[in-house]
Amino acid sequence: MSKQLVEIVGVVMLAAAVVASGIWIVEVEHRSRQLFIETEAQNRELDRLQTDWGRLQIEQGMFATHSRIEPLVRQRSDFTVPSGDQLVVVVEPADPADPAD
Amino acid sequence: MKKAAKTTVAERARWRGVLLLVGFALGGCALEGRILYLQLVDKDFLAEQADDRHIRTVQIPTHRGSLTDRYGEPLAVSTPVDSLYANPKELKSAVDRLGELAAALEQDDESLARRITSNPEREFVFLERRVTPAKAQRVLELGLPGVGTVREYRRYYPAGEVTGHVVGFTDVDDKGQEGLEAEFDHYLKGEPGSKRVMQNRRGQVFDDVELLRAARAGRDLRTSLDLRLQYLAYRELKAVVGDSGARWGSVVVLDPRTGEVLAMVNQPSQNPNADRSEYRAENYRNRAVTDIFEPGSSFKPLVMAAALESGAFGPRTPVDSSGAILVDNRIITEEGGDLGRVTLTTVLAKSSNVGSARVALTLEPRAISDVLTRFGIGRLTDSAFPGESLGLLTDPKRWRTVEQVTLSYGYGVAVTTLQLARAYGAIAADGMLRPVSLLALDEPPPGERVISADTAADLTTMLEAVVSNEGTGYRAAVRNYHVAGKTGTTRKAGVGGYHDDRHGAIFAGFAPATNPRLVVVVMIDEPQGAAYHGGDIAAPVFGNIVSGALRVLAVPPDALPAPATTVVARAQVRP
Repeated sequence: MSKQLVEIVGVVMLAAAVVASGIWIVEVEHRSRQLFIETEAQNRELDRLQTDWGRLQIEQGMFATHSRIEPLVRQRSDFTVPSGDQLVVVVEPADPADPAD
Repeated sequence: MKKAAKTTVAERARWRGVLLLVGFALGGCALEGRILYLQLVDKDFLAEQADDRHIRTVQIPTHRGSLTDRYGEPLAVSTPVDSLYANPKELKSAVDRLGELAAALEQDDESLARRITSNPEREFVFLERRVTPAKAQRVLELGLPGVGTVREYRRYYPAGEVTGHVVGFTDVDDKGQEGLEAEFDHYLKGEPGSKRVMQNRRGQVFDDVELLRAARAGRDLRTSLDLRLQYLAYRELKAVVGDSGARWGSVVVLDPRTGEVLAMVNQPSQNPNADRSEYRAENYRNRAVTDIFEPGSSFKPLVMAAALESGAFGPRTPVDSSGAILVDNRIITEEGGDLGRVTLTTVLAKSSNVGSARVALTLEPRAISDVLTRFGIGRLTDSAFPGESLGLLTDPKRWRTVEQVTLSYGYGVAVTTLQLARAYGAIAADGMLRPVSLLALDEPPPGERVISADTAADLTTMLEAVVSNEGTGYRAAVRNYHVAGKTGTTRKAGVGGYHDDRHGAIFAGFAPATNPRLVVVVMIDEPQGAAYHGGDIAAPVFGNIVSGALRVLAVPPDALPAPATTVVARAQVRP
């Protein structure tokens, strides 16, 4: 009687295990797909950020280009290069304690 | 009694067994029927399911690295751009709507139809590459089957024509074609990887299967250029070439301490961002590296170096620069009138051809040639730039007297602007020749000794005299700084001999002379008009570039006047 019971219980448990593993596969597959979707989303984000970075670099380059700035400051702000009497030279006396001097 | 009961039980139980068997049989038939149905009647269902799950090997693309100047300012940046493609296999089902597609693409109806239908088995054909986002949107909105976009990259050059020659450009497939873009194409591009993925029919990837080869990302490249100096040199060169109507011009700015090229500009030039169809080869050639010229008097210091190295000459050695020299049926005289007996320094300062010739004739051909070769004349530089020219230095064994004489004032030899800059760099760096570098260096290379430090010092003193009020290069002087340099004016060689009306104007020098930070060489080919001497047209360009560059680099002046406006400060706090 006991042997039969053990057999039946064994079969039932194995059957349950088969069903459970089947369900587990589905679950893992689902999770895998979700993670993949997330990875792809992150990759797209990386891509977008890289694109933005490149675009901003170009923008900055364009706005800061010397051929644009120089005429602007010369005309609008009246910048000139100082020369002659406008130059004041500041000489620091050598400090005997400082090895850099 | 028991026997009768068992039989009854068995009989009663039997129907369950039969029921079970019948049930299985029916189930089996149902399955078989379904299979038969799917195979024979509704074939498309299984075919569709298979189509929905391709395994394909796809490339993992890499982003092309940027080119920057030495401080990280962008010189070449990749931006993503969409290219429209079609899958003719799928598109042919909507062949009646091709007209709409042609309209959206602004292409000819017939040629588009031909492209789509001529090869119906193809799975990929470009409709138009690198379109604006608006156009891509319009086409996608049509909703035609098999039409999609693929990501490509387009290179943009923020500094435009200012760095166009050095940076170069890429072709439509984003492969470097000229300049540094070509030279370092592999480094910038990286290596695409590959992986296996599952794709559905519409090309959408929904699962990664296996990574076959990891991608190596493209890397950024830091050039040696200083964009501020590059712009400064470009502006000055463009102005002088424009004003003088010259055929072309080049300027090279080197750091003699490291050999790095801080600026390299040419005229004519063009904007690499412009449409490819507008490119002209004469505009994007990096002439500082590809075009050779006879250096004329700017070559004299290099021959003087050989004289100083021989030990027979010093800066104050008297040289007979009077009269004329008769050699091989040619008469060499002084252009500016007889100088008489002067020091070696004055020979250089006044740019005396007779004096230089007499000095060169006292030396062995081999001795001169060795020094010149050590200076890098006739040898490639280490720039590794595509299309670089070797220059020309003939074999001393084949020199007749006339060759030795003309070499002494820079004819019969050819150099590029970069080679001349490298040679002057050796003078500026106490006699050490450093390899030229277009990439930013972390550690300066040791260099090789070309001339002794004493020779270099003597030469520097002599070159300072050239830029003094007595010398031909006085217009290259920069206020508050000691400047050393040499002018050069050449007659261009032609079919019938040397032209009287076609010249080259050159100035080469370095500053500050007491501790050189910059070597600048200016070359202007065929300036039109009355001012064609190196001292008149190239020297001022040198002066402007050097004064601007020394200010930008905050190099302390080494030739300050008497301290009328000098303030002595006592530092309270050390930074």
